[in-house]
Amino acid sequence: MKDFIIPGQNDAWGNGIQDETDRGTPAHTGAPVTLTIDGMEITVPAGTSVMRAASELGIQVPKLCATDSLEAFGSCRLCAVEIEGRRGTPASCTTPVHAGMTVHTQTPKLRKLRKGVMELYISDHPLDCLTCAANNDCELQDMAGAVGLRDVRYKAPESAPLANHFEARDTSGAANPEWLPKDDSNPYFTYDASKCIVCNRCVRACEEVQGTFALTIEGRGFDSRVAVGAENFMASDCVSCGACVQACPTATLQEKSVIELGTPDRSVVTTCAYCGVGCSFKAEMQGDQLVRMVPYKHGKANRGHSCVKGRFAYGYASHSDRILNPMIRDSVDQPWKEVSWEEALDFAAKKLVGLQAKYGQKSIGVITSSRCTNEETYLVQKLTRAVFGNNNTDTCARVCHSPTGYGLGQTFGTSAGTQDFDSVEKSDVIIVIGANPTDGHPVFASRLRKRLRQGAKLIVVDPRRIDLLHTPHMGEGHHLPLKPGTNVAVVSALSHVIVTEGLMDEAFIKARCDLDAWEDYKAFISEDRHAPEATEALTGVPAATLRDAARAFATGGNGAIYYGLGVTEHSQGSTTVMAIANLAMMTGNIGREGVGVNPLRGQNNVQGSCDMGSFPHEFPGYRHVHGDEVRQMFEQVWGVSLDAEPGLRIPNMLDAAVDGTFKGLYCQGEDILQSDPDTKHVAAGLAAMDCVIVHDLFLNETANYAHVFLPGSTFLEKDGTFTNAERRINRVRKVMAPKNGYADWEVTQMLANAVLKETGGARWTYTHPAEIMDEIADTTPSFAGVDYALLEAEGSVQWPCNEEHPIGTPLMHVDGFMRGKGRFIVTEYIPTDEKTGPRFPLLLTTGRILSQYNVGAQTRRTENSLWHDQDLLEIHPHDAENRGLKDGDWVRLASRSGETSLRAKVTDRVSPGVVYTTFHHPDTQANVITTEYSDWATNCPEYKVTAVQVAASNGPSDWQQTYSAQAEKSRRIAAAE
Amino acid sequence: MTNDKMILMANQIAAFFNTQPGADQSKGVAQHIKDFWEPRMIAQLRAYLAEGGQGLDPLVIEAATQV
Ligand code: SF4
Ligand code: SF4
Ligand code: SF4
Ligand code: FES
Repeated sequence: MKDFIIPGQNDAWGNGIQDETDRGTPAHTGAPVTLTIDGMEITVPAGTSVMRAASELGIQVPKLCATDSLEAFGSCRLCAVEIEGRRGTPASCTTPVHAGMTVHTQTPKLRKLRKGVMELYISDHPLDCLTCAANNDCELQDMAGAVGLRDVRYKAPESAPLANHFEARDTSGAANPEWLPKDDSNPYFTYDASKCIVCNRCVRACEEVQGTFALTIEGRGFDSRVAVGAENFMASDCVSCGACVQACPTATLQEKSVIELGTPDRSVVTTCAYCGVGCSFKAEMQGDQLVRMVPYKHGKANRGHSCVKGRFAYGYASHSDRILNPMIRDSVDQPWKEVSWEEALDFAAKKLVGLQAKYGQKSIGVITSSRCTNEETYLVQKLTRAVFGNNNTDTCARVCHSPTGYGLGQTFGTSAGTQDFDSVEKSDVIIVIGANPTDGHPVFASRLRKRLRQGAKLIVVDPRRIDLLHTPHMGEGHHLPLKPGTNVAVVSALSHVIVTEGLMDEAFIKARCDLDAWEDYKAFISEDRHAPEATEALTGVPAATLRDAARAFATGGNGAIYYGLGVTEHSQGSTTVMAIANLAMMTGNIGREGVGVNPLRGQNNVQGSCDMGSFPHEFPGYRHVHGDEVRQMFEQVWGVSLDAEPGLRIPNMLDAAVDGTFKGLYCQGEDILQSDPDTKHVAAGLAAMDCVIVHDLFLNETANYAHVFLPGSTFLEKDGTFTNAERRINRVRKVMAPKNGYADWEVTQMLANAVLKETGGARWTYTHPAEIMDEIADTTPSFAGVDYALLEAEGSVQWPCNEEHPIGTPLMHVDGFMRGKGRFIVTEYIPTDEKTGPRFPLLLTTGRILSQYNVGAQTRRTENSLWHDQDLLEIHPHDAENRGLKDGDWVRLASRSGETSLRAKVTDRVSPGVVYTTFHHPDTQANVITTEYSDWATNCPEYKVTAVQVAASNGPSDWQQTYSAQAEKSRRIAAAE
Repeated sequence: MTNDKMILMANQIAAFFNTQPGADQSKGVAQHIKDFWEPRMIAQLRAYLAEGGQGLDPLVIEAATQV
């Protein structure tokens, strides 16, 4: 272990904030150019604006319409400067630097001009600064000060009121036709047109940063205003990303939380706890009150952008449903009893130790959380390996990206994406397979859309016509609308075209790949049966469309592949991942910017939870438990002997529970009853256990079968790290004390110590997550260089981070694959056993939507539910008509596993024969429908293909009614005695 | 786990290795089972084989001797 200085305060590691000066226009890269501004010389890259160059010198030229997240627009004229040898007063934001230029930013002429500009703005602006929500946080106010505005000469004459936008009525009491009421339809921000200076920043943010194009400026001159193209924001195309609110220099677009609470007085940089993009945010605080979350401009994953979830949906953290006291009960039909932490932990420990004594060492296990920190996950897997003495640990990655681990491990030698997110800015052709980034990974989608607007080509392989295909102003787009379950056939057909048309990158293959494996693969893939014409009937993808896409990918420059759960959650999930890796290798699209294979990870720390040894067959860093050397190293560090056999995966745990050999489970921050397939089987497994410990924020569905409830803490209440989809280790910083009393890592440690008290082992003594990270670094080569001091200095690092890569590794496999030579693997298409037939003629596939997250435990407890308050079944108009169904009707959705009811949404976004739903709401219980079929290599469930029937229904099914009655009963908490 | 489920899982693994080039794919199946199956699952497979192993892919049967 390294020498470690115990931080007395959590802020001993700082708040993470770097210089946030708004330099007015974006940075450029170019040849150096030297110029003089106000007598000082500065050298900046060509393309830089005069405004930005001045800012680099510490000179802030007054500005209103410019901000460095947006391209310069040049409308306000406040930033005028004088340039020797040039006539007039050019706008410094739109004027690029030239060598030898001499600029003056402060002259009598400029001062006068700026005052005049400000005077005009202020004359049409309410002077209610003291009661305005943006008081002290308003650029208009700042600029009035900066230019020395002391008086506004434009006054309304007695006779005729001065035209303005901010008074509802004129002095005579007549309604002002220019005045518009506040639009507060969005639950998180307001639009108050009376304060708008029509600087266009919001419109540009929506276009350039978010890519939604929801806003425009309507009208001209005095009549111009921001318009949403609908009755109000909520009714418009707006997806509530908040980019416009952030860009607005005034209180026109303002967070409701700031209106209610006032402006924040301190900020701490932390990481979003929703999706695998891992956006950095500033948690802006007043004391321990969170006022707002603002995307952090130096965040390397998000570059200052956000989506509705991370930006606004944090209300669950203070929701009244949160359980703050530990609870126990002897059996699940009893009400819960609130007890002290000590009593709960003692109760749990005694039960676990008793179960092991009775049923054997391997009769209990853990499920780690992909929402908790790396440090917390590391401790949970350590609990089962080092304290329980078995390898029964698994994580929700089992049900999402376990095939990624297997497939990329086999082909490349490591279980992670190859790029950073910045890489997409250099891509020329982008394949998106089985992912819906605008909903699942919205900030990455915005970055991708930006590239599409710049001309990159898009190839979407998906049964649904996802929104990415409707990117405004994009160029060439290909949609390969395959039948669910035929991924391998489609990706192989793409490879067939490339190989048989000689479009592969022979030089790359020769230099970088195992040539024997390549020859085998080449012979296999060249067979006619893989030709798109041969697979068309099977996959539903027209051969010509597929050929065009293959040619575009192989010949279009830098080719990048992004994929999601539509790839992994199949019986051939691992095979598809290998097929994708083959495709990238044969086209030489590995090892540089703009290319690569990129799994889009679902949950915030699913990458980290896999890295941290959550899987039952491998220790942290993906090292198999069979390996003596690594096992012995852990035995030495942990001071115990360790099991050398793989443990049970989640579905195996549930099977073993039903068989009576698996009796106890500690489940941290997961809701397997709602998220895992075949709900009835999960329920039977949980019901068969004698001790289920749920450690969570809420009484989730799994807790209905629990005997011990340990309250969890939110990401705002603890220190640690999350690792996002680009392997980026980001800091999570504590901004308030845990409402439940303890951070989750502390709870796991207390549970471990309660068990160790019974068994007589040495206590755990971590005092801060930084110490846990040090242990991870000491035991895991890919993390060897990581510590909190480095994260503080760098903001974040991408693993591997070690002696060879001291500040991390943005791009993988640059000089060679992790495994040495890249390995092509034969990927035969083997149809799933889940087949449609007369009883179940339709294929159900599942997914998620923007406003809700996973099982919805967090987002359902926020205003995000205004966008999505129930799961809907998307069905094609033909299929709906055949069944006599109309939009909004209740329908019964049945598979061989079970049935449920929900409302129908009739849309041609899905193909005939395919239906689609989300799984965000427990009432729907979409997983009652999904089956036990799973990926051949990893047991990742086949969520994306279930044969179903759809029929009209009157309302919730019997199962739903029985379940909700039982759930209600199970959630009872006994009154305190 | 039910035997049906175990047979399905084992046969799925065999189905992949059956398509791989090279002579002896039973090694791949055996290694995969050793790497990912918990001892209880392997014991169940052995017990089922002892009863005749009906429904198991021949490659699984061959592999089981190496597990
Ligand atoms: S919140 Fe986002 S999507 Fe909505 S208008 Fe503003 S920038 Fe556009
Ligand atoms: S709403 Fe804000 S950002 Fe948009 S034009 Fe008005 S003042 Fe500028
Ligand atoms: S949910 Fe994902 S995209 Fe949205 S803010 Fe959080 S990390 Fe970023
Ligand atoms: S800031 Fe340059 S014109 Fe507005």
